[in-house]
Amino acid sequence: MQFTRTEMLPPRAPPVSQSGALKWVRENLFSSWLNATLTILSGLVVYSLVKLSAPWLLHAVWNANSLSECRSVIAANFGPDAGGACWAMIRARWYQWIFGFYPPEVYWRPILNFGLLFVAMAPILFSDNLRGSVKLVGVVAALTILGLALAQGSWGLFALLSAIMLVSLAVAAWAPRYLLIATVLYPFATVWLLWGGSIWGPLLALAGFALIVPVYRALSPRFGLVVATTGGVIVASLWWFVLQGYVADALQTAIPLGIVAVESDKFGGFLLAFLIGVSSISISLPIGILLALGRQSNMVLIKALSVGFIEFVRGVPLITMLFTASLLLQYFLPPRVQFDLILRVIILVTLFSAAYNAEVVRGGLAALPKGQSEAADALGLDYWQAQRLIIMPQALKVSIPGIVSTFIGLFKDTTLVSFVGLQDPLRGITSIVRADIDWKGIYWEPYIFVAAIFFVACYGMSRYSLYLERKLGTDHR
Amino acid sequence: MSGATDLPKPAFRLSSLIYDTRYRFITIQVIVLILALLFTAWLVENVRSNLALKGKDIDFAFLWRRGGYDIGQHLIPYTNDSTHGRAAMVGLINTLVVAVLASILSTVLGVFLGVLRLSKNWIISRLVGVYVEIFRNVPLLLWIVLVAVVFSETAPAPKDFKLVNGVAKASMSLWDSVAITNRSTNVPFPLLDRPLPAIVTPWFTLPTSLLAILALIAGSIWAVLRLSRRATAVQEATGMRPVTWWQSLAILFAPMLAALYALGFHLDYPALKGFNFQGGLSFDHAFTSLTLALTLYYAAITAEIVRSGIQAISRGQTEASFALGLRPGRTMSLIILPQALRVIIPPMISQWVSLTKDTSLGIAVSYLDLRGTLGGITLNQTGRELECMLLMMLIYLIISLIISALANVYNTSVKLKER
Repeated sequence: MQFTRTEMLPPRAPPVSQSGALKWVRENLFSSWLNATLTILSGLVVYSLVKLSAPWLLHAVWNANSLSECRSVIAANFGPDAGGACWAMIRARWYQWIFGFYPPEVYWRPILNFGLLFVAMAPILFSDNLRGSVKLVGVVAALTILGLALAQGSWGLFALLSAIMLVSLAVAAWAPRYLLIATVLYPFATVWLLWGGSIWGPLLALAGFALIVPVYRALSPRFGLVVATTGGVIVASLWWFVLQGYVADALQTAIPLGIVAVESDKFGGFLLAFLIGVSSISISLPIGILLALGRQSNMVLIKALSVGFIEFVRGVPLITMLFTASLLLQYFLPPRVQFDLILRVIILVTLFSAAYNAEVVRGGLAALPKGQSEAADALGLDYWQAQRLIIMPQALKVSIPGIVSTFIGLFKDTTLVSFVGLQDPLRGITSIVRADIDWKGIYWEPYIFVAAIFFVACYGMSRYSLYLERKLGTDHR
Repeated sequence: MSGATDLPKPAFRLSSLIYDTRYRFITIQVIVLILALLFTAWLVENVRSNLALKGKDIDFAFLWRRGGYDIGQHLIPYTNDSTHGRAAMVGLINTLVVAVLASILSTVLGVFLGVLRLSKNWIISRLVGVYVEIFRNVPLLLWIVLVAVVFSETAPAPKDFKLVNGVAKASMSLWDSVAITNRSTNVPFPLLDRPLPAIVTPWFTLPTSLLAILALIAGSIWAVLRLSRRATAVQEATGMRPVTWWQSLAILFAPMLAALYALGFHLDYPALKGFNFQGGLSFDHAFTSLTLALTLYYAAITAEIVRSGIQAISRGQTEASFALGLRPGRTMSLIILPQALRVIIPPMISQWVSLTKDTSLGIAVSYLDLRGTLGGITLNQTGRELECMLLMMLIYLIISLIISALANVYNTSVKLKER
């Protein structure tokens, strides 16, 4: 007698607690007593935060001319005891936060300049990702045109500027290599667009850089890279400091071309934060690389100088550097040489972040196996060739996340310039707004607004650095 | 038979200084030295002629002249008759107080948050993640200013604590012990009725009672450690660990309680007298907001350091530890954290250094630290920018270098000993 089962039992569904949402809740929220307690505690925290802020956010007022008007609107709508956010203040002072005291009729200049910043950065940010760079330039072009439409200006100007943005989009899409031209021209365009005045100054400064090339070409076969570059820089400096002024004046009288000049004390708000942040980081990166190489060098003197500079700068607070810019620099420059406070601050902030970048790049250099430089030596490359072709491409790749986080730190630190009298968005503009009789007594809204903008910018940058880390595959796993 | 022979080294000629890599580095260094000296000479000459133009000189004698300004928070005796040098000293101490306090608090909070960030609990790890991202991506200065503004705008004025017709507009928190007003935070302060006689020397006063209590605590901890070592010895010999927790508790607390009772320990509560709170310990909002903002901000950064340090430990370590039968808590404390510490400590060092430097942001809330006294009021009163700024930078530099040096010594001691 034999019993053989002919049909199998149908599989039973898993217990309720072992599938679906319940399983997730069990495993992720209530897996142990400790976890359950933590879940309940954090639930309470979230609940109390929402309970505190939700009515305040829901009762927000967007249209009012003063804080008292805001409060009366809230009291009329939600009862006398209701609290509410008064975002109307941001609407009223929006332009001041973005541009400081920049003349409203030329708001198009910083807007265009900000749009072009991304056009100039696209070929660097997305070096081998054409679609990424087109997307970036497209979004920025659309936003810039929108911004220009909102700013005051004539239709002719608007059409011209929109055309510029559309042309750069077209270039990004079909001839991405030519975007690098925008990258090279951008610093000069920035100076001219933001400060205005004659176009000849920035153009001739650019011509000075163009002078370096023939001098370098003439000298480099015989004397090598360092001497040739130095020679080029000397010739260019002669041009900049001796001849350029006369030539620019002559050209300006012959062919007057220029836009309205804007004084530095009109700059403020996020315009100033971005100006200082972007220019400092872009100038400080090459200096930082040189300092890092100097620190690695086996020439005792150069190493000592680099280490001394880096350790000194990293050992003092940024605030003292800024006070140096405003108080001490006048002692170290020849008598009666005065220049712009923004420029002085940019120089000192640049030196400051150069030291930090140097340490980041040094980390990248240290991460390279020694075999790389030995292989370069074995191939017969000289020092600069080895650095340019073998060492730096790899070391910089490793140090990109560090460089981005240096930049995030630097961008946050631009708020400190308010201590030397510049109108930064955080203390400068906010205290002006809070001192206004209409908005006296407002405190959450302006700080939340400024914090939100900083958050978006910094969080975006850290996400970008994560994207790069993934793309470049720096962790060898 | 042929063999590789060294090429004969060419003799030194003048042109070797440029073309021969063996000698070129001397040339380069000499040129750099000359350039550096020229640059320094140029700076010195500029400073000299600028000083001459303004009719000033370099003179540190102002440090021994009367300061003439008050500093609210001073841990060493100070009046407005004290010298500028003493004021700078008070400022330096204030800087260090905030730096040490915020470092300790932010490290404790940050380690806690970093561990929670890695928790398997979904909601808590998200919550901590949001906290970290919000605090990391917004300037520290904003937190300092915001905390200070919220304190001064929302806290009630001292007069609101007064009973009017039996009702006060504001009341003290934590069982009537802490009063937060728009001027300061007032907390109870421990006092002794029968303190030990203090030893007074011409330079400083020795707080004998405090030292005695500290010595007592140290002694108790030593005794507890001995007890636990003996328990371990018994466990190793017999396999049974004697129950010692009540003995440890007794050793830790009984002598201290007895000593505090003998010295007449009591708390001095702040109380409203006239227009402001008297008694207890009063913390200026400048101090509180600076410490609080630094703590919260650097806790977020520490949490990230701790998280990445723990994640840097290979998963095999956890698995091996589970295979040995260790529970998750012990795995963390015995296996993961000791290894993660090596990854965590170097970035922590630089966090402490930058926290110390960031105490100079106290300028935003008028906290009179080193920058506020030496680099602020003294600088403005005496007009000696060069001397004040250089001295201040030097002091900050020395503090930073000392922290890095101390921390590096510690770092070497926990580093993996490779053979």
